[in-house]
Amino acid sequence: MRTSATGKWSKWAGGALALFAGVALTAVANQPAAAQSKQLTLCWAAWDPANALVELGKDFTKESGIEMKYEFVPWTSYADRFLNELNSHGKLCDLIIGDSQWIGGAAENHWYVKLNDFFAKEHITMDDFVPATVLGYSEWPKNTPNYWALPAMADAVGWTYRKDWFARPEIQAEFKKKYGRDLAPPKTYEELKQIAEFFQGRDIDGKKVYGAYIFTERGSEGITMGVTNVLYNYGFEYDNPKKPYQMQGFVNSANAVKGLEVYKELYKCCTAPGMTNAYMQEGLDAFKSGQVAMQMNWFAFFPGLYKDPNVGGDKIGFFVNPAGPNGHFTQLGGQGISVVATSEHQDDALRYIKWFAQPKVQQKWWEIGGYSALKAVVDAPGFPKSAPFAPQFLESMAIVKDFWAEPSYAQLLLDMQKRVHDYVVADKGTAQQALDLLVKDWTKVFKEQGKEVASQ
Amino acid sequence: MTAIIHPDAGADRIGAQARQAATRRVHGLSDRSIAWLFVAPTIALLLAINIFPLIWMIRLSFTSLNLSMSYLPLRFVGLENYSDILTDDDVWIRLQTTARFVICSVALQVVIGFGLALLINRQFRTHSFWTTIILLPMMLSPAVVGNFWTLLFQPQIGPFNYVIGLFTGIPPSSFSMTGEVALAPWTIVLVDSWMWAPYVMLICLAGLRSIPDYIYEAAEVDRASAWRQFWSITLPMVMPFLMLAVLFRAIENFKMFDMVNLLTSGGPGSTTELVSITLKRAAFEKWRTGYSSALAIILFVTVFGAANIYVKALNRVKQR
Amino acid sequence: MTTVAKSTAHSVVEATPRGKAVAGAIVILYAVIAILPLLWIAATAFKSQSDAIAYPPKVIFQPTLEGYVNLFTVRTRQTREFIANLPPATTWYDKLVRNHDMVIAGPSKVVPRFINSLVIGFGSTFLAVLLGTLAAYAFSRFRIPLADDLLFFILSTRMMPPVAVAIPIYLMYRQLNLTDTKIGMILLYTAVNVSLAVWLLKGFIDEIPREYEEAALVDGYTRLQALRKVVLPQAVTGIAATAIFCLIFSWNEYAFAVLLTSGDAQTMPPFIPFIIGEGGQDWPAVAAATTLFVIPIVLFTILLRRHLLRGITFGAVRK
Repeated sequence: MRTSATGKWSKWAGGALALFAGVALTAVANQPAAAQSKQLTLCWAAWDPANALVELGKDFTKESGIEMKYEFVPWTSYADRFLNELNSHGKLCDLIIGDSQWIGGAAENHWYVKLNDFFAKEHITMDDFVPATVLGYSEWPKNTPNYWALPAMADAVGWTYRKDWFARPEIQAEFKKKYGRDLAPPKTYEELKQIAEFFQGRDIDGKKVYGAYIFTERGSEGITMGVTNVLYNYGFEYDNPKKPYQMQGFVNSANAVKGLEVYKELYKCCTAPGMTNAYMQEGLDAFKSGQVAMQMNWFAFFPGLYKDPNVGGDKIGFFVNPAGPNGHFTQLGGQGISVVATSEHQDDALRYIKWFAQPKVQQKWWEIGGYSALKAVVDAPGFPKSAPFAPQFLESMAIVKDFWAEPSYAQLLLDMQKRVHDYVVADKGTAQQALDLLVKDWTKVFKEQGKEVASQ
Repeated sequence: MTAIIHPDAGADRIGAQARQAATRRVHGLSDRSIAWLFVAPTIALLLAINIFPLIWMIRLSFTSLNLSMSYLPLRFVGLENYSDILTDDDVWIRLQTTARFVICSVALQVVIGFGLALLINRQFRTHSFWTTIILLPMMLSPAVVGNFWTLLFQPQIGPFNYVIGLFTGIPPSSFSMTGEVALAPWTIVLVDSWMWAPYVMLICLAGLRSIPDYIYEAAEVDRASAWRQFWSITLPMVMPFLMLAVLFRAIENFKMFDMVNLLTSGGPGSTTELVSITLKRAAFEKWRTGYSSALAIILFVTVFGAANIYVKALNRVKQR
Repeated sequence: MTTVAKSTAHSVVEATPRGKAVAGAIVILYAVIAILPLLWIAATAFKSQSDAIAYPPKVIFQPTLEGYVNLFTVRTRQTREFIANLPPATTWYDKLVRNHDMVIAGPSKVVPRFINSLVIGFGSTFLAVLLGTLAAYAFSRFRIPLADDLLFFILSTRMMPPVAVAIPIYLMYRQLNLTDTKIGMILLYTAVNVSLAVWLLKGFIDEIPREYEEAALVDGYTRLQALRKVVLPQAVTGIAATAIFCLIFSWNEYAFAVLLTSGDAQTMPPFIPFIIGEGGQDWPAVAAATTLFVIPIVLFTILLRRHLLRGITFGAVRK
């Protein structure tokens, strides 16, 4: 029998492992009985507004005695994780603030509780909310009074810029000399490109800076949420307004191709290096560290940016997504709050929604960093002055346009992610080819769903 | 002495014993029932977690199941999924990308691993300590590795570009290891080799140490040059070990998902999208369960077939 | 067939001192370069947020425990007035966090995730080694019909990409309510580990001479008693080594964890890459988590040096 040192060690290790294992299995077997106090789990993405919601939720706990637990997931894995959760009939979430595009799938697959009866009982009417948010976050099928969520977070794509740089006399003079007009926040993408080129590679305060920051993320939805802001304004349509699901000639029209090319030009000429897979967080980092003059990002982050010690306050300005030759739109963001159908605490969850829908709570929501969708808040006379980005927010919410919200939206989104990223970042093929292939992809998806897709 | 053990090396002895056991009745449970009792739980578990799901998946691959649209009626579509996959250019490109990744990374690991083994075999002082240091990357979680290398590869804030810049004068922010179409495929090869070259090194070391001294001494007597010794003695005798290392690494890299997904998300575009990443997107992001089941079956058949052929070749090498 | 360990052979008859020095220099150079990324991460755990994302990257920096504090806590940003109105900070980490205009709101999820890694890791290891020992003993000592095929089948279960295996498992677990449960993950990891365990343990048990058991049987012990009294004590080293290899797999596993867990049963690998701070990833916290997560593995590697080769080749190669 071996009794070498290693042998003894191994005996101890083996014994320890066995002990641990026994403890582990016992721990698994004896799950503690559910805590007596009531609690709800709310699932959302991990970003500034979520932190604000935690603060807000403390009022709810005080009023109702129900404790709030939160499950926040970073944006890049938000859809992945929660669609997985919903698909697997998980019991993690009682309330979920799901992305606007999940509505179709959530309604058809009965992941969410339909809220019409609840709204009727509690006298919550959708007319009290901004129409674009009701359409975007709540309704399925679209344009029918079937509600699956309460609009919780109104959001859209907007832009921030370095107001302090724009205000420097020498920079203004140089710009005027070069382009013959005053340096000001751009109103069209032509102007934006000029400003971006102007700042690209410029030395400011001893550091090289870059013109613009745009979304290029490949994995979840980033580059699509960025490119649509340009595509919409150049004439891209998802399908024939008169004939649903007819995409040929609307997705890949000559105008749409031009729009896609503009996005790629902007990416190539005027962005910081290494931004090949960048979404919200990288934009915040780039802007906060003084790398870029203009940043595309969601309004949700603007309160935090405004408070930033390095680039906030007087240094930061905001402008609405610039127009293009064929339209002025901006990509809709935002989410509604829903009750998960497999939740075991539906009554408590509905109570939360009732509390959240109150005007005074919505007002506080806006004040601490959320974006209310309640008309009473955003149409109030004092609203445009309540924050420096409030006017731009109001203007943007009036021109929002959203991606497909079909049940198959994930496939549609991933197809577009691939085609756009292949063209813009990986230099594959032409813009026309990218959009043609996208039409093919989307046609296949809809055909599998059983929809009629006309080609001409 | 180090040896590659064939699975049924003990078979002869077992055979002899079994003949005795069959004629002997021992107190307590008979040997036969013990044998079944001991093997049954393992086989049962594997049947439940591996085989049954595999059969279910084969059945699924003939359907059009899409989990995010489970309200749609389930259709049996026969071989449509398979023909979709096999005629899809994109899938073939993914397979090519994966094959290129496997070949380049295994080749690099073999070169580095074998080289290191040869050097460590010189047995310089403290070689044991440095070997342990080299082994560390291998023991990390590939997902965590992929994640922190994104920081290291950042053009502005990551040290990798700066070190390259220091040595070659190229400005650090002018290139992006994970973002450029030309560089990204090599980046994943680089990180994978950083992790797994030690694996090949260990195996080659074992092979080198299995070569008995007297063969070299005989070669010395015959005045064979060091180079000749390497080619006719070292390499052939280490070959079975190298082939084993290549087999294991190739199978692992064909399955690779975590590290690459966290390092590049398959980007830029789809230049580093390995077939596992495509499978994950089809199955768990698009929720096309039927389609992805077919793809998984195709992948399994490919790996299984290739591994079988390879193992036969390996056995032939061992017998030489 | 086993043979006695021979003194280490050399590929050339004893290298010259100069040859050794050159070899040593190259290997040490490679080792240092290979370890640098890990050192950078270990260092990043002690950087402040701005130092971690400074450009150009900082090699010399002021160390701080922010990363570790951020890893273990959830913080909210508050206004200066609010903080001034709070009772004074008592602990050092409270003070650290208040300096950044933030307040600790509670513990983060890292401890439950670490515990999950421990529970699922040790649980699946225990089961895999238990089942593996029994099966390996049977394969080693008895003639089992189709033994070769069974063994190859057990090995081939590891050839499937985890994502592929996860597809039907996901559906199955959905039906059985096993998604996001520790039991579900333990079962799955056990099934994957048992193949490794059987192959490794068979090799170890093959090396134990049968004479001892034979003697015990002749003395009147039953087969089971012989197993317990004779074989197991000699196999303890092998069992421990196998256990550690199984543990390392379960510890580092990502694909199954990310697809089949979300909250209750989530382990560390899916958790670490998604630790985010206020802007992007909280790199000091991620680095801190990586460091802590890797320490047990480093310890095990050192403990396991003797058996490392056997473990990574499924027992095919032994010293």
